[in-house]
Amino acid sequence: MQLSTRHLLGIKDLNPEDISLILSTAAQFKEVLQRPVKKVPSLREVTIVNLFYENSTRTRFSFELAEKRLSADTLNFAASTSSAAKGETLLDTVNNILSMKVDMVVMRHSASGAPHFLSQHIPAAIINAGDGINEHPTQALLDAFSIQEKTGSLKGRKVAIIGDIMHSRVAQSNIFLLNKMGAEVTVCGPPTLIPKYIAQALGVNVSYNLKETLSWCDVANVLRIQLERQNQVLFSSLREYSLAYGINRRLLDSLQKEIVIMHPGPINRGVELDSDVADSGQSIILQQVENGVAVRMAVLYLLSGRKTAGN
Amino acid sequence: MSIFTLINIFMTVLLSTNDLATAIRKLANDLHASHRDLSSVIFAGIQQGGAILGARIMEVLQTLNPDQQVQYGQLDITFYRDDIRKEIIAPDTMNMPFNIENKTVVLIDDVLFTGRTIKAALDTLLDYGRPDKVELCVLIDRKEHRQFPIQADFAAKIVETAKTDKVKLVNGEVVLIPGQSN
Repeated sequence: MQLSTRHLLGIKDLNPEDISLILSTAAQFKEVLQRPVKKVPSLREVTIVNLFYENSTRTRFSFELAEKRLSADTLNFAASTSSAAKGETLLDTVNNILSMKVDMVVMRHSASGAPHFLSQHIPAAIINAGDGINEHPTQALLDAFSIQEKTGSLKGRKVAIIGDIMHSRVAQSNIFLLNKMGAEVTVCGPPTLIPKYIAQALGVNVSYNLKETLSWCDVANVLRIQLERQNQVLFSSLREYSLAYGINRRLLDSLQKEIVIMHPGPINRGVELDSDVADSGQSIILQQVENGVAVRMAVLYLLSGRKTAGN
Repeated sequence: MSIFTLINIFMTVLLSTNDLATAIRKLANDLHASHRDLSSVIFAGIQQGGAILGARIMEVLQTLNPDQQVQYGQLDITFYRDDIRKEIIAPDTMNMPFNIENKTVVLIDDVLFTGRTIKAALDTLLDYGRPDKVELCVLIDRKEHRQFPIQADFAAKIVETAKTDKVKLVNGEVVLIPGQSN
């Protein structure tokens, strides 16, 4: 069984069978990560470049660890210390790297569509680690894996995504995936941070009321409020945001049932989540990070069989 | 004539359903004779054929040892295959909740052919720990086609086959399906 796509550019391109295959393969890789020797030789012949034009610690480390656990050779490219700072174009950079017989590219870029552009010009398999405000497919996959692990299934699951939906590639990828797998999604946040026609366009419920949303959902995926947007008049202040949309212990205890709390990280403690929520038994934030390595191993493994530049 | 009937004409039954049951009992008895102290032995069925076969052998073995617990797990070798560049295969379940340090591990598989599966199984096993000894128990040994220096310690039946033939479990019988002749 194989994925129907050559690259992982977005959840948009995956069908439910692809998603199920990635999640079931990730479960086997999670088992590998519990062993004394946390490595398998599967990608021994493969060289992967992590092409990060945007800063990242969490995602880059997670991919790098996944690659090493698969015995692949890894190269790390950080834009700030590279020839990109000297003005080299994306395509030139990548073609130079590919001349060194690199088989796969994991890419994060601030321009939406950058990996799609690259996929039309180079033969290597490309994995999108986040492009602008478009998609972050491996985040959605690890979120789905974590929901499935904690609650048993995705189908019929009520998932709330809370925060800056407008600018969130995590939200977009999650919405695509959850809809494909039969979950029901509500997005919740201030009206200025939720796209106007999102309900019709993406098939989600919209709510501006946090308590109602939390009462409805089984799982709340809480997004980071981007501090740099404070100056863009999208909400009056972090404190105001936190009062209306921050999740604290009192709010959670007032609900009729115990819900699962998720966050892609990094958390702004005291803004979107209080510490006694982020560190509580209801939170699966650290499990998300652990699952991220297994899910990325699955994606790399399933895409590694395609013919590459070197073959 | 249906395609199934056509295939049936060319298949040879190596083990009928009854023969298979007898073979399983024989293997269980052989294992029982060699391994009296089950606390120091782990049995590992190789996914998928070996795991299915192993479960049946273990059932018999457990009845021969009512006072001891048979330790049986399933080993998935997908990530250790050496033909990975030809085709990516989705993995099966790995279930080896045992400490194999200083133990004897008996690998169980349905058919021993080139030996590559067993080599991959040894690589997988050694990432779990350092067993004292590893033995191999198979239903069918296709002896002439070995590509690695690997032998079965317990085998129910040794068969002569052509390299392109396939040996499979079909409708509860072990059959040989001839390959295309050159």
